[in-house]
Amino acid sequence: MTITEKILARACGREEAHAGEFVNARLDLALANDITAPLAIKEFEAAGVGKVWDPDRVVMVCDHFVPNKDIQSAEQAKLVRDFARRQELGNFFDVGRMGIEHVILPEKGLVGPGDVVIGADSHTCTYGALGAFATGVGSTDLAAGMATGEVWLRVPESIRLNYHGEPGPFLTGKDYILYTIGLIGVDGALYQAMEFAGEAIEALSMDGRFTMCNMAIEAGGKNGIVEPDAVTEEYIHGRFRGEPKYFSSDREAAYARVIDIDVAAMQPQIAKPHLPSNTVPAADIAGLKVDQVVIGSCTNGRIEDLRMAAEVMRGRKAHPDVRVLVFPGSQSVYREAIREGLIDVFVEAEAAVSTPTCGPCLGGHMGILAAGERCVATTNRNFVGRMGHVDSEVYLAGPYVAAATAVAGEVAVPEEAPA
Amino acid sequence: MSGMVFEGTAHKFGRDVDTDVIIPARHLKTTSPDELAAHCMEDIDRDFINRVKPGDIIVAEQNFGCGSSREQAPVAIKAAGVACVVAVSFARIFYRNAINIGLPILVCPEAARETESGDLLRVDLDKGEVTNLTRGKVYEAERFPEFMQKIVAAGGLMGYVKERQKEQ
Repeated sequence: MTITEKILARACGREEAHAGEFVNARLDLALANDITAPLAIKEFEAAGVGKVWDPDRVVMVCDHFVPNKDIQSAEQAKLVRDFARRQELGNFFDVGRMGIEHVILPEKGLVGPGDVVIGADSHTCTYGALGAFATGVGSTDLAAGMATGEVWLRVPESIRLNYHGEPGPFLTGKDYILYTIGLIGVDGALYQAMEFAGEAIEALSMDGRFTMCNMAIEAGGKNGIVEPDAVTEEYIHGRFRGEPKYFSSDREAAYARVIDIDVAAMQPQIAKPHLPSNTVPAADIAGLKVDQVVIGSCTNGRIEDLRMAAEVMRGRKAHPDVRVLVFPGSQSVYREAIREGLIDVFVEAEAAVSTPTCGPCLGGHMGILAAGERCVATTNRNFVGRMGHVDSEVYLAGPYVAAATAVAGEVAVPEEAPA
Repeated sequence: MSGMVFEGTAHKFGRDVDTDVIIPARHLKTTSPDELAAHCMEDIDRDFINRVKPGDIIVAEQNFGCGSSREQAPVAIKAAGVACVVAVSFARIFYRNAINIGLPILVCPEAARETESGDLLRVDLDKGEVTNLTRGKVYEAERFPEFMQKIVAAGGLMGYVKERQKEQ
């Protein structure tokens, strides 16, 4: 069995589970945010269920349109707050105590190896980095999960992606995943698990693994997953509140595909509009003028990401024609960035540093693009109109490329940024 | 959803139609189906909402509904009066969401590829059959797995959950 099959077998109380089977899996956690929770709450209350199955395992995070961007959003967030209070949810995260959901759940030790998690947010697949099964669902699926503590799933086939070789400078988990999506396409892993493995993954930090699993959905994947190892154990130590359940894939496990990727030959990547699969080496489009750079999000808003960006921006200024927005992924990432002097580097560079929010990534607030404007972002989607006007453009890259671009005022990889 | 036959005009879209263009995030400040419907497909086809008539059918290529998990996407399509979506393939979260909220969807690659905007289609959900009345062709669609037929028969996921809780 694959690691994904083993986790799901355990979650439905069976010895085995195999790709293609329908199972009812017990949940360790169910998550919603201020955009998806209101619909879920509506469904939940209409069904007359009463109380959620376990108030400590239903997590709600206000992160998309908060701090409240307008009156309607304020009403939606209030609905979530009121529900969380009424249901006495043990894990409700609001302004000042929150962060971007997929940054704070692992950070606060709410997810660990072997867990089964659903979230009414497509980037819930992020937690696969911890060796958990985590997948995005809609609001009604979440409502049913809140009521029953279970979810129905079709056990997915797995694609094994082996990353070999020693990466060159400025190569990150973001580059690995952008390259991979470019290779297999935005539906290349449709309904399937993406199992990331190989020595380049073993050498990758936890933050880099989160970035990779986060974007499994951009290839259509049901979940992304990395087998837990010493890096995982170190991360969850003193943090994870549950009992870790370590699984790994059998040698003879069946895979739909096995793909080998050489990272030694890889260059920093960028995904051009309007699909995350539209990737090229960033150097290929160097010199393309930009209006805005966004550094942050559930994909690249962790401390390592901010360190990478600061490394490039230290002692430099953002190009006068570029607005640079930095969004730490959580309050503790923010605080750590202050402690390490990174926030100083960004402010010195004339970047705007914001409280954690998903705002700009989905064209919600805090960084909307006008017609004809171009942005390089460390976010996850570059669809038509994703960050604002339908005639604006989003290019996806990692923190190094984004920071070099911020300084140069045009797409750049760090070596090429003017001193 | 069972016992349903729809007849309507096709609105054809390409591949990888994402939920951001089906319902842009700037409109996710409400859960009202009618308010969401007013902006349905706005960022890919600004005039869609003016052209679409109750009972019309959306036809698309691969990976319809990719991207964000927002259930407001199928809600907007349903509230816009669209009777059914036929595609070469669906992104998985959209697929679940559509079943869960009772928006009929069918995977029927041949029909989806050969249909053009303006064609008159008949979709028979029980038979799993798509007929292009304009072109005089009949196509067989993929059947829902048995497990999912139960959800459909219960009128969506919450209905299914209630039935199961009663049984227990």
